[in-house]
Amino acid sequence: MADAMKRNTSSRLTKWLVAGPPLVFLTLFFLLPALIMVVASVRYPGEFGALAPLFPTRPGEEAGLTLENYGVFFSDWIYADIFAKSFGVAALTTLLCLAMSYPLALLIARSPRRHRDLLVLLVILPFASNFLVRVYAWMIILGPLDLLFSRFAVIVGMVYVHLPFMILPLYTNLEKHDPVLLDAAQDLGANGWNRFWRVTFPLSLPGILSGSALVFIPVLGMFAIPEILGGKDDWLVGNMIKESFLGTRDWPFGSMLSIMLTAGVLAIAGIAAWAARRVTVHA
Amino acid sequence: MRRSWLLWSASLACYAFLYVPLAVVVIFSFNDSRLNAEWVGFTFDWYRVLFADLAMLGAAANSVLIALVSSSVATVLGTMAGMAMHHWNIRALPFMVLTPVAMPEILLGVSLLVFFIQVLNLTLGLLSVLLAHITFSIGFVAIIVRARLAGMDESLFEAARDLGATPWETFRLVTLPLILPGVLAGLLMAFTLSIDDFVITFFTAGVGVSTLPLQIYSMIKIAVTPEVNAVSTLLMLLTLVMIVAASRLAPETLRSHT
Repeated sequence: MADAMKRNTSSRLTKWLVAGPPLVFLTLFFLLPALIMVVASVRYPGEFGALAPLFPTRPGEEAGLTLENYGVFFSDWIYADIFAKSFGVAALTTLLCLAMSYPLALLIARSPRRHRDLLVLLVILPFASNFLVRVYAWMIILGPLDLLFSRFAVIVGMVYVHLPFMILPLYTNLEKHDPVLLDAAQDLGANGWNRFWRVTFPLSLPGILSGSALVFIPVLGMFAIPEILGGKDDWLVGNMIKESFLGTRDWPFGSMLSIMLTAGVLAIAGIAAWAARRVTVHA
Repeated sequence: MRRSWLLWSASLACYAFLYVPLAVVVIFSFNDSRLNAEWVGFTFDWYRVLFADLAMLGAAANSVLIALVSSSVATVLGTMAGMAMHHWNIRALPFMVLTPVAMPEILLGVSLLVFFIQVLNLTLGLLSVLLAHITFSIGFVAIIVRARLAGMDESLFEAARDLGATPWETFRLVTLPLILPGVLAGLLMAFTLSIDDFVITFFTAGVGVSTLPLQIYSMIKIAVTPEVNAVSTLLMLLTLVMIVAASRLAPETLRSHT
């Protein structure tokens, strides 16, 4: 009895000794900063950047809490427009990645098993070179062609940088398909197109969904690619956030934009999770 | 037959799309011209310029130092998190570990910027970059370690306990040797992520410290010279070595870290 109790306390002690340190570290450097952003988004900007004090230090100084930042966001269509543009670029990038990834993922999944690891490694290798190097590569290619600093260049860069995020989950899904299903469809008289459209494609929907989330979400917050490959018209939410923090140094406004971006990301993640549940129920 | 031909050509086009731009960078790093426009002649000059560039060398040293320290700390914390997620059902843990991996990097970057300056009153520099890198690496290590544990036979841990091993002995003599390839793959992953990171470093470095990606960024913004190609080529070579090492060490991480 006493022994069991001792064992119970010691196992609970082990649990918190193991889970405690990462939990404390992430509370401090992930959760707390995230919560502080919420508070910062309802503060006034400080005179020299950062945040204004909560209590006025001299008469007439803006201090305390305010919803002004959110008011500005909803009163000027410019911000809604940039958000819409960001979602548009993310959607287009996701679709192009899907169209380019599907044949390759299918080919790898249907290759002899001994070749698959090598073919996957060939997808990962360029993806492991530095992000800025991959963007820079398109500067050199598109520059002489006079295509640089355009929406086209931004989309090409986005697709290039995020392509493996689509290929790998798609392949992981397609690899698990039982080839017997396709044989059965053929025996039942389905032609090549029907075998793909009515068997392979519906079964691959979970892979498509996770790949899409992995592409869509990072594109939504991207600032470096529009800044390097795009023109001023191609600015996305990420560029506005960066500008608020490091350019105009209006931190509360930047925090508000970050909160709105988080809301957008959560909405997309929610839709993806909902769709994933539906897909698995039907499949 | 016609369909497989279609599949092959589409796939080849995709591989070409992945590799041609990088090949262009490498080729022009040996070009005897200031412009990345046409081939003039072969030279090692840009590598010579690179190795005389003190700012670049200093940034490279910073990158390696930050990657070494942050990946070591993140591997310890991430292994703990991965084990905790596998063994116990702690509700907050998966959220805390996986969210930083899934959210856009810029959000973690700016929130840490505000936190460091407004709350900790910390001058941005080496320490703030280190803390930021540890934060985003923990999740990746935890995912790899948990994937490794998921394939293990649970009775091994029970047997160790029944034979009277303390939790620490169980860890040291049973768990650790079994998950070691996963832990090492996590370490390599964290190292590569750290040395490659641009966005989060950009917001947490301030003027105090420069890293290789920050240096490349400022070069791209100011003037594009083949020195960028040279440093890019060397970086590619480094990651190539790391990836081959990781895939030798733990072939299954090739599949599990997606």
